[in-house]
Amino acid sequence: MLRLASRQAVGFLRSATYSSASSSPGGLSDEMRKKIDGIVKKDDVVVFMKGTQQEPACGFSRNVKLVLDFHNVKFRDYNVLTDQELREGVKVYSEWPTIPQVYVKGEFVGGCDILVSMHKDGEISDFLDEKGIPNKYGSGGSK
Amino acid sequence: MSTLSEGPVARLLREKLTASFQPKHLEVECESHLHNVPKGAEMHFRVQVVSDAFEGKRVIERHRLVNTCLSEELASTVHALRIDAIPTSKWDGQKQEESPTCRGGFGK
Repeated sequence: MLRLASRQAVGFLRSATYSSASSSPGGLSDEMRKKIDGIVKKDDVVVFMKGTQQEPACGFSRNVKLVLDFHNVKFRDYNVLTDQELREGVKVYSEWPTIPQVYVKGEFVGGCDILVSMHKDGEISDFLDEKGIPNKYGSGGSK
Repeated sequence: MSTLSEGPVARLLREKLTASFQPKHLEVECESHLHNVPKGAEMHFRVQVVSDAFEGKRVIERHRLVNTCLSEELASTVHALRIDAIPTSKWDGQKQEESPTCRGGFGK
């Protein structure tokens, strides 16, 4: 039921998405899909955000950066404000309507609310340990 | 929380969330006044939904359920949505976090 509902959500997103020259089903061009695939696989922790990790341009993006910094997690940032196609592309790719978006080892984890709640509930260290990401408070991490 | 002064978008979000989740507790609040947008805009919201529908689900699944419920609005007028989706068994009156400070967002 959720899967069907997700497809419906993508359908709504599709109609509002920037359409590219060679669109495949899903409203995302093959080129963009490959590009995002490459991005999320290239680095262990990737954040699509507004602004950069040095200068976040949005409070939600900044919160994600703060959580990751707190746990000493290195991440690769992509500023969607300078790339409108990427900005719309990740929303379709992730089936997630907003920015920031966090990927760990190629898997979508969530946005600001989820990262902050994982941090507050103390879940984030275990999660990062499971994924093999060095982090400050995890059992295998660096101090 | 008074619903008398809420705008049409807030009211619509409230109706949709009520229909989808039959919540034990629901808060819908426009937060656009905290952001770099014209006065009266209804573009940024926080929703706190307490529902049996979230039992046994990971946080990302709970958020996806809310995103799906409000997908039409998210594809159009709603620019930002803060979600607190709590299974009924975990609810003890806790308040949703305050919004982080807007940093301009380049106006959108």
